[in-house]
Amino acid sequence: MSSTNRTVVVTGIGATTPLGGDAASTWEGLIAGKSGVKPLEQDWAAEQAVRIAAPVAVEPTETIPRPQARRLDRSAQFALIAAQEAWKDAGFTAKAGEDGAIDPDRLGAVIASGIGGVTTLLDQYDVLKDKGVRRVSPHTVPMLMPNGPSANVGLLVGARAGVHTPVSACASGAEAIGYAIEMIRTGRADVVVAGGTEAAIHPLPIAAFGNMMAMSKNNENPEGASRPYDVDRDGFVLGEGAGVLVLESAEHAAKRGARVYAEAVGQGISADSHDIVQPEPEGRGISHALQNLLERTDLDPAEIVHVNAHATSTPAGDIAELKALRKVFGDDADHMAVSATKSMTGHLLGGAGGVESVATVLALYHRVAPPTINVENIDPEAEANADVVRGEARKLPVDGRIAALNDSFGFGGHNVVLAFRTI
Amino acid sequence: MAATQEEIVAGLAEIVNEIAGIPVEDVQLDKSFTDDLDVDSLSMVEVVVAAEERFDVKIPDEDVKNLKTVGDATDYILKHQG
Repeated sequence: MSSTNRTVVVTGIGATTPLGGDAASTWEGLIAGKSGVKPLEQDWAAEQAVRIAAPVAVEPTETIPRPQARRLDRSAQFALIAAQEAWKDAGFTAKAGEDGAIDPDRLGAVIASGIGGVTTLLDQYDVLKDKGVRRVSPHTVPMLMPNGPSANVGLLVGARAGVHTPVSACASGAEAIGYAIEMIRTGRADVVVAGGTEAAIHPLPIAAFGNMMAMSKNNENPEGASRPYDVDRDGFVLGEGAGVLVLESAEHAAKRGARVYAEAVGQGISADSHDIVQPEPEGRGISHALQNLLERTDLDPAEIVHVNAHATSTPAGDIAELKALRKVFGDDADHMAVSATKSMTGHLLGGAGGVESVATVLALYHRVAPPTINVENIDPEAEANADVVRGEARKLPVDGRIAALNDSFGFGGHNVVLAFRTI
Repeated sequence: MAATQEEIVAGLAEIVNEIAGIPVEDVQLDKSFTDDLDVDSLSMVEVVVAAEERFDVKIPDEDVKNLKTVGDATDYILKHQG
C-alpha cells in the first residue's frame, strides 16, 4: 500500500437543504426540478431590496434537542444533521473507537463555511446593545468561530487525526472535500467526514449582498428567480443548509465491506488573481484549475459525462465557467451534461460545494443528471459552449465507467474543481 | 416581596430545564449542577445570569464557584435577594 497515492472513495452521504431534510429527499427534489426558493416573510425583510431566499426545508430544531441547539450556531446545526446522516449511511454505528471498525486516530473532519457563525455574532451584538454586557451568551465564541461546525462534527464522530476548516468564500465546501481527499491520499487518515455548511439568511448578509448587486431582486417570482444560463438572470438567490460526505481509503472501505457510491478522484485548484469579487471573464483561472485536475489525476476527459456547475445565476460568472470547460475539454465538452442545481437550491455559499458534491455523487450512482430549471431563453453564449440539461432530468450512460465534476468558485478568486467517478 | 426557598427552587428548576433540558422535578436541593444536572461551566454562567434577573440578585463571578448544588444557589439567593 502506497501511503502517498491511495484511492479514495465515498461511502456515506448526508444533507439538509432547501429541498429536503436529508440526502434522499434533496435528491428527489433535484430530480423533480423543484424550487426551494420562497418569499422572506420575516418583519425585517420588508425594507430589503431582496425579499426572497431558499431556507432549509426542515428546521434543525426538529431533530436537535433544544438544550444542544441553543449552544450551536445554525450553521453548526446543519453540519451536525448532515454529518450524522452521512456517518450512519456509511455504516458506522457509534463514534470512532466505540465502533471498532474505525480508529479515532485515523479519522478526520473537514467542514467549511464561507462566513462562519454570522447569525450568532450579529444576534449577540444586538443582545450587547439592547440588554448589556452581562447578558451576552457565554457560548458566543464557540458558536461564532468559523471552525465551530468542523469541531462539533469532529466531536460527534470522535475524529482525532485532524479537524480542519479551509475558508474560501463560496468554494469553501469544495475545498474542504478536496482537503479531505488529500488527507486520505497522503496517508494522514483512513476516513474523513467532509463538506460544507452555511446559515446566512439574516438581514445584514442579505443587505450586503444586495448592495453588491450580486443577488436576484426578482421578488415577484421566487421560484423563477434563480435562473442560471437564462438571458434574464439577475443574480443569485441565497440558500442555506449543509452537505457532507464520508470519504474513505478504498482499502479501508473494502476491509469493512462498506457500500461505495463513487471514487473521489481528486481536485484541481487555482486562483484568479484578477479581482476581489468579479470573475475573470474568460474563465482563465477556472481553466487552470481544470488543467491542474487533469495533470494531478488519471481522469480521462472521455469519461466525463456530467458537470455540476458553479453557475449561481449571475450574468458574468455563469458564462466564464462554460467557456473554461470548452477551452480545456474541446469536443469532449459535447458529452458533458451540465446541470446548475443552484436553480433549485439557491446558492448555499460555503455549503454549496458540500451539497453539490452530494448531488454529483448521487448523479453518478443513479446515472441521472438533475435539470437546470428556469432556463426559458438560454443565453446564446451558454448554448454555444455547453450542453445544459434544461427542464427535466436526463439519463446518463447506463454502461461503463463514467465521471463527473463539481465546480465551486469563491469571492477572492478561488477555484476548486472536484472529480468523482463510478467504480 | 422576597422569594421563598420553595419559589427559588422552582425558579431554578425552570432555568435549568430551559438551559440543560433536565426535567424540572429532577432539580432538587441536593443536586449538583455539574454532576447531576448536565450544567457545564459555560452553562453555569447562563444559569447565574438568568437567576440574577429572575430574583433581583447580584452573583459576582468569584462567588459562582461556591454554588455547587441547587441548595447552595438557593441559600445564596435567599440571603442576597433585593
